[in-house]
Amino acid sequence: MSDHSTAAHDVRPYYFVFGALLVLTVVTVLVSYWHLPPGPAIAVGLAIATVKASLVAAFFMHLKGERVIIYGLLGVTTFFVIILFLLPITDSNWTSERRPDKPALAAQAEASEH
Amino acid sequence: MVKNSHSSPHDSHAPQSFWSHYVFSTDHKMIGLQYLITSFIFLLIGFSLMMLMRWQLAFPGHPIPLIGSLLSSAVAPNGVMTGEFYNQLGAMHGTIMVFLGIVPLGVGAFGNYVMPLQIGAPDMAFPRLNMMSYWLYLPGGLLMLLSFLLPGGAAQSGWTSYAPLAIINPGQTVWLLAMVIIITSSLLGAVNFLTTGLNMRAPGLSLDRLPVFTWAQLVTAVLLLLAFPPLEAAAILQLMDRVAGTSFYLPAGLVVLGQQVKASGGGQPLLWQHLFWFLAHPEVYVLVLPPMGIVSEIIANGTRKPLHGYKTLVASMISIGVMSFIVWAHHMFLSGMSPMLGNFFLVTTMIISVPSVAILTCLIYSLKGGSIRFTVPMLWALAFIPLFGIGGLTGLPLGLTTTDIYLHDTYYVIGHFHYVVVTGSIIALLGGTYYWFPKWYGRKMDETLGRIHFWGTVVCMNGIFFPMFIQGMAGQNRRYFDPTAHLHNLPTQPLHVVSSVFAWLLFLFQLPFIYNFFSSMFKGERVDDNPWEATTLEWACPSPPPHGNFVKTPRVYRGPYEYSLPDQTRDWLPQHEEAKALT
Amino acid sequence: MTTALAHPADAPSSGVTNAKLGVWLFLASEVMLFGTLFTTYLVLRMGAASWPRGWDVLNVPLGMLNTFVLITSSVTIVLSYVKAAEKDLAGFRAYMAATIALSFVFLVVKGFEYGAHFKHGEFPSTNIFNAVYFTMTGLHGCHVIGGIIVNTALLYLSGEDFEHPLFAGRVEGAGLYWHFVDIVWIFLFPALYLL
Repeated sequence: MSDHSTAAHDVRPYYFVFGALLVLTVVTVLVSYWHLPPGPAIAVGLAIATVKASLVAAFFMHLKGERVIIYGLLGVTTFFVIILFLLPITDSNWTSERRPDKPALAAQAEASEH
Repeated sequence: MVKNSHSSPHDSHAPQSFWSHYVFSTDHKMIGLQYLITSFIFLLIGFSLMMLMRWQLAFPGHPIPLIGSLLSSAVAPNGVMTGEFYNQLGAMHGTIMVFLGIVPLGVGAFGNYVMPLQIGAPDMAFPRLNMMSYWLYLPGGLLMLLSFLLPGGAAQSGWTSYAPLAIINPGQTVWLLAMVIIITSSLLGAVNFLTTGLNMRAPGLSLDRLPVFTWAQLVTAVLLLLAFPPLEAAAILQLMDRVAGTSFYLPAGLVVLGQQVKASGGGQPLLWQHLFWFLAHPEVYVLVLPPMGIVSEIIANGTRKPLHGYKTLVASMISIGVMSFIVWAHHMFLSGMSPMLGNFFLVTTMIISVPSVAILTCLIYSLKGGSIRFTVPMLWALAFIPLFGIGGLTGLPLGLTTTDIYLHDTYYVIGHFHYVVVTGSIIALLGGTYYWFPKWYGRKMDETLGRIHFWGTVVCMNGIFFPMFIQGMAGQNRRYFDPTAHLHNLPTQPLHVVSSVFAWLLFLFQLPFIYNFFSSMFKGERVDDNPWEATTLEWACPSPPPHGNFVKTPRVYRGPYEYSLPDQTRDWLPQHEEAKALT
Repeated sequence: MTTALAHPADAPSSGVTNAKLGVWLFLASEVMLFGTLFTTYLVLRMGAASWPRGWDVLNVPLGMLNTFVLITSSVTIVLSYVKAAEKDLAGFRAYMAATIALSFVFLVVKGFEYGAHFKHGEFPSTNIFNAVYFTMTGLHGCHVIGGIIVNTALLYLSGEDFEHPLFAGRVEGAGLYWHFVDIVWIFLFPALYLL
């Protein structure tokens, strides 16, 4: 918590963040109407979502100015989540040509066999 | 000595009614004992299932003597067990031993009882959450057992529940439900342990003065906290596959027994294996770290000298904890996973063996030059070192992709991980039971019965598991219902008989322990608060500790293992005692 | 409870109260839980032969409405914490009641979306996208229900416990959880509806 935790809290940052979250939501929806190709669409969507999540965490969850122990905990968790994303996805991509339920690839494989 | 062997003023705070004292207790000590008794019963049940399987393996096709006639004809017509029943026994043996036996014993029982005492806390940080953990664990475990009686029987796809087999086999739904309950229980426990360990330490007990056992509990809690949720999520997805007809783990065009499976497809069976082992490899360390902590405590106490390399021990435990999250796919080398990724996991697996060896080295060096007291707990701790070593070293050929091609899914694997969790974890947990029993009941367990139990158990355990290495290297596959059905298994078939006989003997050698445990509770030799002349804080409170544990919050002045200091009259200096004017 | 053994001031500690540390630890495990679901989403999507674009199969305006609802509820719950810390019972109750009301709005909107899918014969078993969509939003919905239970309990207990020194801390804990539920939705919404 910040310094003024005694009597009157400063609630203005909350309204400011609230406004920013609403605007960013509108932006991410508007961008989606351009129907970008998946690559850029994911980049933009993920970036906006990360900004929004960071705002919520930093201000509403008071992560801004939190104790070191919480940062440490979240750091460790983030590290393991990244591993959890990275390795199974890598495996899935590196083995994708072997999966028969990708019809295009399966057809190719059959064609090359004959 | 500490002047607190009298009844404490906090006794009056103790809960009065039978229900709130023995059943819905929020006291970490009572919950610890509840966990202790319950998990020992589950261990016995899991062991009994295995004794039935051992009959089938040793004498396939013969009716099971005595018990065969008691089984329903659906699972064992004429006393001969069916393949389906054998599979149920196998799946439930693994599940019960891992999730309902060893983890609750190492964490729920020992962690719950001993850790708050070792850090000088009056109770856990969240007593009611603690009670909830137990009351999720017990129903979850009972639900798991109940599944034997349901139509379709218990789960029969192994404790790993690989998809798509697990999605098609009967009995799996209840297994998944029970697992979700048990995992939730473990998660609550992990939150509680970490908060307690970080926030409730006595004054002066900085992290570098924590006993190794408490360190092991904290690392274990981190593993439980961060590794269990992925299995919970994965189990929910498998539950959706079974109940809602989704296809998370079902590929398109799956054909089973000549019939096209009715599902939309698009899922990936390997995804289950990744998510399962993301939990289950850290889980292996959840099984092993608390026992390592127990052994460290006993070794320091039994050798009467400080642990060799306290900092190395703690650092090794932490690095094991971190590394355990990036080695999981060494269970999947032959699953069809990308071989290139297999190389990554090979390297990490070889790296994680370094801290494990460092721990064993520290423990061995601790023995050097010690004036060892061969008490019953010390015997177990001493047995742990070489036997766990065998378990660990036999794992190396399984972690190397090339040798794993040959050994994968053979009896060698069974031998390897049973050396780790049975002659490793269970031996240490039994030693811990003898070690802390005086703290629980104010009485000691009987020495002679303890020695009989020790020697019988250690010999029998080796008799069961050592032959499996030979069978595995001879090419015998695991999980087969009838080993004699394959010609290449016949030469090693007699070893199955050896294993089975030792398994049944092992059961007989547990009888003195069970008798000893309960009779010592009431009739054991009375001992004072610190019968082992130990230094850590749990021996600073009365035995059994009253509600609130310590008469006066202890203050810690030094590290955990100050034995045989040269300028002291006694050979131990407890953490909480102010250093007297030295000689 | 064990007041006789009040924790000494010079004891080592993490500097965070038990309740707050406990909630953060729990949230760390929740991160892993939803992290697993997102891994599943990514693995299945990248491995799929075809994957529908969210706007073709889902109702983006309703999803956006629900995003607004959850964001607003995040603001109201943090304000209810401020009021609890300032010992303003009426203010706390008003903001907490608003939070609970908004959570119900979220569930009702979600219910309409589900209803529309079922009416068109779209079930979790229909295809892999639906499986992911229903499971992820369903689990998120369960967390919303959990939040409603916790928040309602706090609202109910505020009659008796409001003056308790730890009460504001409990509200803060409930708030942390609720913001986490909000963050999950912040990622779910674009992942399912917009990409």
